[in-house]
Amino acid sequence: MSEFDQAHRIVVSYIDKSREYYLARGHANPYRWASHADAPFAPLAKPLSQSRVALMTTASRTENWKVREVSATPTSPPPEALYTDHLFWHKKATHTNDVESFVPIRRLEEYAAQGRIGSLGPRFYGVPTDYSLRRTVDEFAPAALDLCRTDEVDVALLVAL
Amino acid sequence: MPTVVIGSARDIVEQCGVARFVFTDFPLGNPCGKPYDVNMQHAIVGIALDVLETARYPRTTVQTPFQWDTSGEWRETFMRIAPSAEKS
Repeated sequence: MSEFDQAHRIVVSYIDKSREYYLARGHANPYRWASHADAPFAPLAKPLSQSRVALMTTASRTENWKVREVSATPTSPPPEALYTDHLFWHKKATHTNDVESFVPIRRLEEYAAQGRIGSLGPRFYGVPTDYSLRRTVDEFAPAALDLCRTDEVDVALLVAL
Repeated sequence: MPTVVIGSARDIVEQCGVARFVFTDFPLGNPCGKPYDVNMQHAIVGIALDVLETARYPRTTVQTPFQWDTSGEWRETFMRIAPSAEKS
């Protein structure tokens, strides 16, 4: 990044960028992003080497992403592809053909084989992105937590595209 | 439940407020490492595991040491406002 103007912030602000983008298209009522004064924090209950790890993604199993519900998919065998066209990733700069670049099932299996983690959970969970913060907090988050408890996972790794 | 988020939209995640955040300064889409770069993906997932163990306080952010490219042009091309789209 040799040419970068150091009078500006280097890291992209997606909150600023999306607001300005939609404002330029006449949408004067910008999205209100989630903002919490408190953030939850749970320490590990047991060593990672004895913990079962859950994986969550905002990607969808199928093109039928408009069905907004939390899903569970076996981690074995790992999916060869997931549907991401509906998400706001940088489609000019990259691609999502390698699932491991956003749902790292094989990478976690490597750490399980090394004993770094106890195991990978039997299923990974798809959590939809939704315009409604209320649905995310009141519906999707509890549903995802229920799946974690059903699968008896100890920690969760969340990956947002 | 102990959690760690891996992502590339630093402002959105930090404004939301999460327990632990592993930030990779890449274009949105591949927060766990470049496509097919197994070593980088392994390293980033490893950093997330480290942060699960070592973070002591909520809103812990750790940035991974990787750079997408040397030009950084991707920062300008996402949601670029074309002149024709601007209101007169």
